[in-house]
Amino acid sequence: MTAPLLEVTDLSVRFDTDDGSVHAVDRLSYTLALGEVLGLVGESGCGKSVSALSLLGLLPQTATVTGKASFDGTDLLEVSARQLRRIRGREISFVFQEPMTSLNPVFTVGKQISEVLRRHLDLSSRQARRRTIELLKLVRIPAAERRVEEYPHQLSGGMRQRVMIAMALACDPKILIADEPTTALDVTIQAGILDLMRDLRERLGTAIVLITHNLGVVADIADRVVVMYAGRKAEEAPVRELFANPQHPYTIGLLNAIPRLGEEGNGRVRLQEIPGRVPSLSEPLDHCAFADRCPRADDLTRSHVPDLERVGPEHLVACFHPGGEWRR
Amino acid sequence: MAAVAEPVLEIADLKKHFQVGGALSRNGGTVYAVDGVSLTIQPGEMVGLVGESGSGKTTVANCIVRLLEPTAGTIKLKGRDITRLSRRRLRPLRREMHIVFQDPYSSLNPRLTVGQIVGEPLRMHALARGRELDRRVEELFDRVGLRAELRYRYPHELSGGQRQRVGLARALSVSPSLLIADEPVSALDVSVQASILNLLRDLQDELGFSCLFITHDLATVEFLCDRVAVMYLGKVVELASRQELFAHPKHPYTQALLSAAVTPDPEVQRGRKRIVLEGDIPSPMTPPSGCPFRTRCPLEPQSAPRSHDEEPVLRDVGHGHFVACHLVEPGGAAPLLVDPVEGAA
Repeated sequence: MTAPLLEVTDLSVRFDTDDGSVHAVDRLSYTLALGEVLGLVGESGCGKSVSALSLLGLLPQTATVTGKASFDGTDLLEVSARQLRRIRGREISFVFQEPMTSLNPVFTVGKQISEVLRRHLDLSSRQARRRTIELLKLVRIPAAERRVEEYPHQLSGGMRQRVMIAMALACDPKILIADEPTTALDVTIQAGILDLMRDLRERLGTAIVLITHNLGVVADIADRVVVMYAGRKAEEAPVRELFANPQHPYTIGLLNAIPRLGEEGNGRVRLQEIPGRVPSLSEPLDHCAFADRCPRADDLTRSHVPDLERVGPEHLVACFHPGGEWRR
Repeated sequence: MAAVAEPVLEIADLKKHFQVGGALSRNGGTVYAVDGVSLTIQPGEMVGLVGESGSGKTTVANCIVRLLEPTAGTIKLKGRDITRLSRRRLRPLRREMHIVFQDPYSSLNPRLTVGQIVGEPLRMHALARGRELDRRVEELFDRVGLRAELRYRYPHELSGGQRQRVGLARALSVSPSLLIADEPVSALDVSVQASILNLLRDLQDELGFSCLFITHDLATVEFLCDRVAVMYLGKVVELASRQELFAHPKHPYTQALLSAAVTPDPEVQRGRKRIVLEGDIPSPMTPPSGCPFRTRCPLEPQSAPRSHDEEPVLRDVGHGHFVACHLVEPGGAAPLLVDPVEGAA
């Protein structure tokens, strides 16, 4: 295997607020290979978005970021603001959940995409316009020549998300970080965006970090999955392994909590619940973060923090009692 | 089958049109948000109303509880026409129907304690007061799985799941015959969704109310509902029992919707054939002539020119399975976009 494109090591993020500090991400490590789709999964507040934002210096001043993030021989957490500006949008780019709030309402979509091209690639306005139309075609926006002249409000949600992706792809980035890119969209539109991302990876070799809470989306497109809970990595495995042989009780709980189409017993069965709630992250925990909600919790779980252990060739789990007691 | 009881809710040809812009505005016009919806809910029945954003499903809900005034059509609650009742005459009937909204953050009054919020309908309808009210509220908290001491908290102190339980307790406080749940779990995390869906099922088993469950998530509908109506652009395009609809979807839109839903299993998910629909939902200001789905329908070449000129009627094609498509004949097979065997492989 070649060296990873991105290697995140012991990434921690702490927010210091007037009400005390929040340990949003705790020693998260992962790698991303060329052309790989990594799913970063978890529920609200698990640190999945914050961990990604921290890589590109997109967090507010109240955040303290430590650890290492090697990309192409440089540590993203060490480089100067100027260098980071050069990387951001050109080498690594971002797609956010809400395309309406991430696009500038007073500029045409053509202008916004051209701006990226002119800034990073130093293209003339004519070249930039030509490339913009190409990009809009790449993300399968019909009538691209006309669409460049339109403002964000004139586009539908699905089209806006395509514009965001076109903008993110403007400089052929090596990595696309997509934060809940389909969450605000309808399923028929989501299907199109997922096909588009798959296609981009295959044609351009773009590596994708896909941040989502939707395990169906992960099952559809990810190669490898990191499940996060309370700022930490709970489990990591190749996608088929994770779904076929989940080991962490949280992963299993999540999988059992979702209603599924075509399942035997629909209309009769109950869903499995995960009782309790996520712990407060105001202090680093001295026990397993999932202990209060875990059916397997015992004295060890309540007094020690589990380390990530290898349970399969590429399968890691942070649990003292891993195992696949598995309902479905 | 037992004698047919009176339906709890009967909606006939419901329309809600909004005028937008003024006479002088260039962009003025009519939004045909709901355009001829008919739906009946029997006692104790859980009916799912599914559709994508802009299909008009929430507008239907808001018309039923008269948060919006219907443009045309009738709404009968337990046989009584409530479409044009004045606010005052409607008030006693409000006991019979309650709504739970999607966003548990903005639908609870932030200045009342959650105990007051839950007890308010009982007070308003003069069903309980004083000690009795306290006792009933405590009972309701217990029923929806909230600790009694949370009564004195304010909504902002509760989690999303707890707030949605408060919404349910409030809605059920006056034992309504009909509960309307408008995307009650979409704003919640997966693990919390499960507990609210289980709770809703348990309460319905226990109390026997009818429910109109509005959602965009087909898997939730299959999990929860007895019957399902699929909406597209202000109209119901298919209506059938859960078993029928999910095993034999007939309308091309329903088939596309089912094929696009993702399932959390890579083996299944990656073997599925997806019908990717071209284009977007047309604007409800300028709905297409004829069939509302024709602009995105993969079978449009087969249904044209009829689908351009004539609107398909929602009709029973057998065993209470209603479809609005020119290509689906009563008793005949539906045109399949995806081979079900291959699609599931």
